[in-house]
Amino acid sequence: MVLETENKNLENKYVLFKLDNEDYGLNIDDVLSIEKIQSCTRVPNAPEYVVGVINLRGEVIPILDLRRKLNLEPKPGDQNSRIIITSSNDIVVGLIVDSSSEVLEIKDENIDNPSATGEKKFNEYIKGIGKDNKRLVIVLDLEKLLDIE
Amino acid sequence: MDLDINQYLDIFVEESKEHLESMNDILLELEKDTDNKDLLNELFRISHTLKGMAGTMGFTNMANLTHDMEDVLQAIRSDEIKINTKIVDILFECLDSLEFSANYVSENGEEDGNEHLELIGKLKALLNDDKEQPNEKDELKETEKYDEYVINTAKQAKEKGLNSYKIYIRLSEDCMLKSARAFIIFNTIESFSEIIYSYPSVEDIEDEKFDLEFSLVIVTDYKKDEIKKEIERISEIDEVNVGSVEIDPTKKQVNKKEKPKKRVNKNNATKKSTSSNIVKNNRVGKTVRVDIDRLDTLMNLVSELIIIKTRMEDMSGTTSKEDMNEAIEYLERITTNLHDAVMKVRMVPIERVFNRFPRMVRDLSKELDKEINLEMSGEETEVDRTVIDEIGDPLIHLIRNSIDHGIEHPDERIKLGKEEEGTVKLKAYPDGNNVVIEVEDDGAGIDHEKVKKKAIEKEIITEKDAEILTKEESVELLFKAGFSTSDTVSDVSGRGVGLDVVKSKIESINGSIEVETFQGKGTRFIIRIPLTLAIIQGLLVKLGEEIYAIPLSSISEITILESEKIRKVQGQEIILYRDKTLPIVRLNSLVGIEDKNMDELTVVIVRKGDKQAGLIVDDLIGQQEIVIKPLGKFLSNIKYLAGATILGNGKISLILDVNSLF
Repeated sequence: MVLETENKNLENKYVLFKLDNEDYGLNIDDVLSIEKIQSCTRVPNAPEYVVGVINLRGEVIPILDLRRKLNLEPKPGDQNSRIIITSSNDIVVGLIVDSSSEVLEIKDENIDNPSATGEKKFNEYIKGIGKDNKRLVIVLDLEKLLDIE
Repeated sequence: MDLDINQYLDIFVEESKEHLESMNDILLELEKDTDNKDLLNELFRISHTLKGMAGTMGFTNMANLTHDMEDVLQAIRSDEIKINTKIVDILFECLDSLEFSANYVSENGEEDGNEHLELIGKLKALLNDDKEQPNEKDELKETEKYDEYVINTAKQAKEKGLNSYKIYIRLSEDCMLKSARAFIIFNTIESFSEIIYSYPSVEDIEDEKFDLEFSLVIVTDYKKDEIKKEIERISEIDEVNVGSVEIDPTKKQVNKKEKPKKRVNKNNATKKSTSSNIVKNNRVGKTVRVDIDRLDTLMNLVSELIIIKTRMEDMSGTTSKEDMNEAIEYLERITTNLHDAVMKVRMVPIERVFNRFPRMVRDLSKELDKEINLEMSGEETEVDRTVIDEIGDPLIHLIRNSIDHGIEHPDERIKLGKEEEGTVKLKAYPDGNNVVIEVEDDGAGIDHEKVKKKAIEKEIITEKDAEILTKEESVELLFKAGFSTSDTVSDVSGRGVGLDVVKSKIESINGSIEVETFQGKGTRFIIRIPLTLAIIQGLLVKLGEEIYAIPLSSISEITILESEKIRKVQGQEIILYRDKTLPIVRLNSLVGIEDKNMDELTVVIVRKGDKQAGLIVDDLIGQQEIVIKPLGKFLSNIKYLAGATILGNGKISLILDVNSLF
């Protein structure tokens, strides 16, 4: 019983990144590292949101275009673009984002459930909406995002 | 009182498997040489060790079974009972159960629920039940003063219809790990009851601050006898006494100032759930036992690598080309040696697969009433750890086949002028970069005509095809899907899944299989498998601007063909090459690149078994040693790809899965 109440006040750290003008967050425990954009090797016959694979310190890591996965307008990468290397259930992938520079602590009680409205395809990957002062952070559900179709 | 046993799980699994293997060997020998006391002693020693190990880990079911095995073995040792095939059979059954339990532990990190009661019953029956039942003593030696908590709980329990008992336990003098033993006893008792009091306190017992005796008060719905029986199953206990607790409210002997002793049942439920969570995450990974010498070599090479690194750092200022070349040569030598050393670490003697066959052959020959002599050689031949896991099933299948279909019944063999006892030879030896495993029998051999007839029956070939088939080609039919020559479906083989499965399994680890057969004299299956799977020779090819790798082992030749010679037959492009039709695969369209439509095509001819196909590529780059890297779970289902490799320039090149192209 004691544990649960403790959990509620626990502050979780989130790695923040941007897609268009929205802030998104991923739990820091799921993030291995953040890398600069590098050239990918295309993987034929892979799902269309898979950009390819990169060589990250000797490991072969698939890279996903998060914009495509979330059904956002495509945008060419620039010098701010980053690859966030994430890991969930032993699946390691990199996600391409517009920029990433911040880690934020959000209390669990400040994370609301996502509203039921909105585009369905998009909605299923959202774990909640985090509030920090006046900023809203869309917290993504990595497990669902990486669920192999 | 949660001793952390999870960290020992790996060791337990590894060691118990080793012990079970030697137990298997000894049982096989013992069956032939029943009077050999040395073997018996060894067997006794192994079951004793196993019992101790299982007990320490808290795997009571395994411990109980080995305990009873030990009793039987002891009785044999002291000539109380005579060893016979029945006993050996039962011991083999025990071995199987123990093996199953050990495997279950390695997969799930906990013991399976099987209490082996049937087997234990069989073992007990062997002992003629003239063991004396120890006298029961109802009176406990010690009377402790209980605090209020104990009395209240006991009273409440009584109201609920549960019984409270005091239990007095004395461990045997030679008990090695008293606290661990006590832990097991606690665990056992907690499985059917709630411990409400213990003297000395749980902490003291845990710290081994007790002599040989301790006493408990428990609340349970078990009967006195049942409790006693449960506890007596644990080894290294000298004396157990169970008595009922008298709670007389008028005679309060409680010293109220005394702080309540540790309440064992506190948080019992939560503790259990957390520990099972830990166990779940603690599945045992694949392990390799490595000779320390090999690790030393590895260590030496790594230190050399560090030396060359410093040397190159020093050189970065002075750029003499000669020095640089020398350093690079040195580096090359180290990396080659390092590669060898690491490969050797992964190598395991094939004995690990072979040693289960004597037992299998023994069981089979009994079942089929044939006399079989299994000759094994080259058990020390080493192959990669991953190969070991894959090769077992195909070999089992081949050996079963040899015994079931190949070797004739003894009376038939005598008629044919052969020795009554059939021989199956299992041979392993290294051959260049491959390991060869042969399974040979001196049985009837393969009847080509019968094979052809069967193939026509099963509509694998037409009668016309059958006429022009050579002997070799007809033998190849055995590897076709859905082929089984045994007229009757037996328990051993002939269930329709046959050699085609064996073949595809071996091909999946880049191996190959051949058959040689002489009618009336026997059959030999020859399996070739590569020494290692992680590093292969590959041919790098260009498709558009992308570089792909094709495993060299599946390439039979490379040639230039004119595109106008390609014909289309039923939507499949083929070409006539060396008087044979060769199906053509345009790799470009397979990977989604536009075709270049050149007049002269570079064709890489690949094979899978007896099938061939020509792969059209844009350009050849060259042959190279490549390290196979998995694409990871996320991309594991992508078609036509076997993995990826990192090229010299750090770029990734994908490896084509040739087997999936057919």
